[in-house]
Amino acid sequence: MRTRDTAARAARPARRRPRVPLALLLPAGLGLLFLVLPLVGLLARAPWTTLPQRLAQPGVLTALWLSLQTATLATLLCVLLGVPLAWLLARVEFPGRRLVRALVTVPLVLPPVVGGVALLLVFGRRGLLGSWLDATFGVTLPFTTAGVVLAEAFVAMPFLVIAVEGALRGADPRYEEAAATLGAGRWTTFTHVTLPLVAPGVAAGAVLCWARALGEFGATITFAGNYPGRTQTMPLAVYLALETDLPAAIVLSLILLTVSVAILAGLRDRWVGAP
Amino acid sequence: MTVRWIRAALAGVAALTLGLAGCGGDDAPAGTAGGGRVTVFAAASLTETFTRLGRDFEAAHPGTRVTFNFAGSSALATQISQGAPADVFAAASPATMKTVTGAGEAAASPVTLARNQLVIAVPRGNPRQIAGLPDLTRPGAKVALCAEQVPCGAAARTALDAAGVRLTPATLEQDVKGALAKVKLGEVDAALVYRTDARAAASDVDAIEFAESDRAINDYPIVVLKRAGDPATARAFVDHVRSDAGRAVLTAAGFQPPQA
Repeated sequence: MRTRDTAARAARPARRRPRVPLALLLPAGLGLLFLVLPLVGLLARAPWTTLPQRLAQPGVLTALWLSLQTATLATLLCVLLGVPLAWLLARVEFPGRRLVRALVTVPLVLPPVVGGVALLLVFGRRGLLGSWLDATFGVTLPFTTAGVVLAEAFVAMPFLVIAVEGALRGADPRYEEAAATLGAGRWTTFTHVTLPLVAPGVAAGAVLCWARALGEFGATITFAGNYPGRTQTMPLAVYLALETDLPAAIVLSLILLTVSVAILAGLRDRWVGAP
Repeated sequence: MTVRWIRAALAGVAALTLGLAGCGGDDAPAGTAGGGRVTVFAAASLTETFTRLGRDFEAAHPGTRVTFNFAGSSALATQISQGAPADVFAAASPATMKTVTGAGEAAASPVTLARNQLVIAVPRGNPRQIAGLPDLTRPGAKVALCAEQVPCGAAARTALDAAGVRLTPATLEQDVKGALAKVKLGEVDAALVYRTDARAAASDVDAIEFAESDRAINDYPIVVLKRAGDPATARAFVDHVRSDAGRAVLTAAGFQPPQA
């Protein structure tokens, strides 16, 4: 009995874990190395001895705080506009839906700098909408913190829309149908059935969206410019520090890395529930 | 279907990698044995003049090839000290040049190729009637400056201090072309840029000269770098920039000759 048991146990792992083909293992390992090595480089070159003084420099915390604020506001904006957009794409049949879906993903493939130029041409002082905003309300968006939020939201929203649309498509429509047969309108169904059903998807999308917004550089520097405390987010601070002070740039990068990894890890355990 | 996709993607990646590697291999022995290639890292404010000088140099020395990397001087200095393959470096300020020579990257001591000074660039027609630095502090006036890390920003700081003008700019751009672009787009009312940049964009902007710019004149140093693949051609290019013909191109663009 006992021997048979051991034998079975010994045989089992071999069956449960078939050999990983080298043709997959090798590129997978290389891929991992390629992604991790640059981070190792940052850690290796970090000026650990002067780290405390560098962290205490006033500009550092200002940029970090601005980054966290703008990324969070941009994510809120994306959730507010992106979830309904994702619902529209997933649940409503309308002509040109494929085109709309393609348009939504354009910022994903557009170089962010181009996004920044495009934003200037629309929301800039002489832009299509911007000139009207300026003339009517005296509001100009470039070079303001609101401009940073706008630039980040533009670049990050597709991440949210795609994640939420995916969640909606994966959700069982029978719950919504059941709600409808019980007399719930589309709005009630959306708020009471659909939204709770796809909440993990929305959370995952929001986290991705937030991470993308936090790292945004090209659209921000093009549309919102660079001014400490107002539009200089961490990535901009890193880029400018790189011009004169490499160790400072490394320190700023480390902070950004630490904060984003910490928050992503924290949120993952809580909401996203990775297997 | 999926397999075919993956195969196609893999082939694409492989081709791309090989292609890029090929490029690298092509560039690496830059100008060995009669290659005659010169890679010049030059301040953004030299974009128009150096492009022209490069073409002239290639025409005068058949078989040579001059390629450029234009950006803010400080960014270029960082790239060079991180091992970027540059043969010649032309900066917009001696301070920035010093970070390169100080790191032992230069093959000789730098020489000054020209001088430049700041003007106030305003949208064409000067709609806000800006006449000098104090006008930039008017309520609602939006001004773009270069970040102080780059030479045009350091010069702007000196000029503003000399004029006793305290100014909160709308943005601190990473190079002079960035500041100028914000004027061209009409997003700011004025920017402090080099006279040469304003002149190169004369169809879009007007240049307002101001007295205090005399206090912040930038010398532009140029040097052949130690890692130059073909030092002889690199030196020849520097000589061409400093020749009478080269000086004529620079002066026509608004640069001043170096101080004797």
